[in-house]
Amino acid sequence: MSKSSPAFHIAQRAELSRGRAAAFRLLAVLFALGAGALFLLALGYQPLAVYGTMISGALGSPGMQKETLKLTIPLALASFGVLLAFKMRFWNIGAEGQIIMGAVGASYFAYFQNGLPQWALLILMAVFGILVGGLWGLIPAWFKTRFGTNETLFTLMLNYIALYFVTFLREGPWREAGGGFAAMPRFPRQARLPEVPFPFVGNLHIGWIVMLIMVALLFVYLKYTKQGYELTVVGENERTARYAGMPVSKIVLRTLFISAGICGLAGMLQVSGSDRQLTDGIGGGRGFQAVSVAWLARLSPIGALAVSFLFAVMQKGFSMMQTEYRIPASMSDILQGIILFCVLGAEFFLSYRLMRRREGLA
Amino acid sequence: MTSLFDQFLAFLYAAVLAAVPLLYGTLGEILTQKAGNINLGVEGMMYLGAIAGFAVGYATSSPALVLLAGFLAGALGALLYAFITVTLKANQNVTGLTLTVFGTGVANFIGEQIKTHAPVGTAFMSEGLKAGLTPLRLGALSELPVVGRLLFSHSVLTYLAVLCAILMGLYLNRSRRGLNLRAVGENPAAADAMGVPVALYKYAHILVGGGLSGLGGVYISMVTCLGNWQPNIVAGQGWIAVALVIFAVWRPLRAVLGSLVFGALSVLRLYISKDVVDIPAAIFSMLPFAVTCLVLVISSIRMKPEHCQPGSCGANYFREER
Repeated sequence: MSKSSPAFHIAQRAELSRGRAAAFRLLAVLFALGAGALFLLALGYQPLAVYGTMISGALGSPGMQKETLKLTIPLALASFGVLLAFKMRFWNIGAEGQIIMGAVGASYFAYFQNGLPQWALLILMAVFGILVGGLWGLIPAWFKTRFGTNETLFTLMLNYIALYFVTFLREGPWREAGGGFAAMPRFPRQARLPEVPFPFVGNLHIGWIVMLIMVALLFVYLKYTKQGYELTVVGENERTARYAGMPVSKIVLRTLFISAGICGLAGMLQVSGSDRQLTDGIGGGRGFQAVSVAWLARLSPIGALAVSFLFAVMQKGFSMMQTEYRIPASMSDILQGIILFCVLGAEFFLSYRLMRRREGLA
Repeated sequence: MTSLFDQFLAFLYAAVLAAVPLLYGTLGEILTQKAGNINLGVEGMMYLGAIAGFAVGYATSSPALVLLAGFLAGALGALLYAFITVTLKANQNVTGLTLTVFGTGVANFIGEQIKTHAPVGTAFMSEGLKAGLTPLRLGALSELPVVGRLLFSHSVLTYLAVLCAILMGLYLNRSRRGLNLRAVGENPAAADAMGVPVALYKYAHILVGGGLSGLGGVYISMVTCLGNWQPNIVAGQGWIAVALVIFAVWRPLRAVLGSLVFGALSVLRLYISKDVVDIPAAIFSMLPFAVTCLVLVISSIRMKPEHCQPGSCGANYFREER
C-alpha cells in the first residue's frame, strides 16, 4: 500500500483572504522575475541593470509613460471583453479578430464617409467598431447555441480570417492610390481621436477616459445588474440556469455581442487614437495577450486594468531594453513566457495545497 | 498538353512538401487532445523543434541526431505545458498560448545567435546532412514516370510522418492502451475509476504529441528551408495544424488527407495562372481557415460523437473534485 501512495497529496484550499492571495501573487511575480534574472545572468547580462532599464524605459519620463498608457488602453479594453465571455465559460479566444474587425468597421467611415464633423464621425466610428466587432463574435456564439459548435477553435480560426481580410483590403480595395507599396492611407484629421490631458503625463487620446468608464460600467454590470447575474449563473452551471428558466441561448448571444463589441471598440480606439491608419498590425497579438490578462486577473475588471498596465510596462520596457542593451526582440518573448509560466503555475498554490501524507494513513 | 500535366504534377509534389509539417503538428495535437488536453502551443513546439534540429545539424551533421533533437525539444516544450496544466491545473488555453510565445522567442533568439556567430555570417549545413534529410533518390523507383516523382522521391521525414499516422490510427482504435487513452480524454473520472493512471496517460501522450510537433519543426528548418535559418520560420503553420485537427475529425488517417488538402491550398496560388482564376493572394491564405470553420460547423451539425472533440478537452481533471 505504502508503495503506491505518494509522499504528498493535494487538497483544495479554503478561499484565501484577499490580502494573503494578493501577497501570494506578488511572491509569484517576484519568483518569476527571479527566474528571468537567472536566465539573463546565464546569457551574460546584468539582470538588475536590465530590469532597471525596463522600468525606467516604461515609466522614466512623461513621454515614456504616455507610450505605456497608449499600450494599456487597447489591451485593457480587449481583456474586459474577453473576461465577460470567460465568466460565462465561453472560451472566446477570438479577441484578436474582433479587434481587427472593429478597426475595419471604424476605418470604413474614416476612409469613405469622412465628410462629417469630427464628433459625429468619431461617434459613428465607435458605434460601427462595436457593431462589426460584436457581429464577428456573434458568429461563433450563434453556432455554439444552435449546434454546440466548439467556440475555442471557431474563434481561433476567425482571428486568421480577419487578419487576412485586412491584408486583402490593404492589397486591394483600400490600398492607397499611387503608393509605392501596398498600404492604406492615413486617417484624415477629423477621424483621429482628440487628445486630452492625463494627470502628470500630458496629452493622451481620449481612449483612456473610455477605458476608465468601461471599468466602472463593467463592474456595475457584473455586480449589480440582472444580465450580469444571469451570465454568471450560466457560467457556473448551465443546467441550473435552464432549470431556473433563464433563456440561456439569448444570454450567450447577448454576452458575446457585448464581449466582442468591447474588443471591437478596442480596435477602434487603437486605429483612431494611436495608429491613425489601418495596418496589418492592428491586432498585434493584443487579442491573445488579452486572454492571458483576463485569466491572470481572475476575471475581475479592475484586476484586468492593473494587469494590462503591467503588461504594457513590460512591453514598453522590453523595447527600451532592446535599444539599450542590443538584446534581440525575441528575448522579450522568452522573458514574457517565463514570467507567465511562473505566474500560471503559482495559481495552483492559491487553490490547492500540498499535504504530507502521514504514516499509516492513506 | 504535357506541360499542363507536368505543371499539375509539380503542384501535387509541392502540396506534399507543404503538407508534411502540418501533418506532424496535427498528429501531435490529435494525440494531445485524445488525452483531454488542448495544447495551443503547437506553433511554439514547432519552433523549438525547428531550432533544435537546426542547431544540432549545424553542430554534428548527423541526420539521426537532428531528428532526435527536434523530437526532444518539442517534447520538452510539451513537458512544460503538461506540468503546468496536468499537475498544477492551470488553464490550458492560456498555458498553450504562453508556450507559443515562449517557443517562438527561444527559437528566434538561438537562431539569430548561431547565425551571427557563424564564421561566414550565416550558418550552412554540411552537404552530407542535407542529403540525409532532403528528398531521397530511391534508384529505379524514383525514375518511374509520374509515380516515381509523386511517391518515391520524398524526404525520410515524409515517409516517417505517414508511418506515424498509420501507427497512431492503429494505436488509438485497435489497442488496449488506445482505448484507455480515449477514455481519459472523454471522461477522466470514469477512466480513473477503471484504474487507468490518468496523469501518466496525459503526460505520456502530451509529450509524444509535442515531440511530433517538434519533428514538424525539423522538417520546416531542414527540408522546407533547406537548412537556412530565417526569423519567424514557422509562420503560423502550427496554428493551421490546430485547425487541421478539426478538419481531420481527430482521426490520424484523415489527418494525412487533410494536410494534403491544406498543403495544396497553401501552394495553389503559385500554380494557378491569373488568367484562369484571379483571386487576391490574401483570400487564398484565408482559405484553409475558412474551410476549417466550415468543417467545424458541419461536424457539429451532424453531431456524430466520434467526430467531436474528446469530451473533457480543455477541462483539467482533479480527482478530489469529482
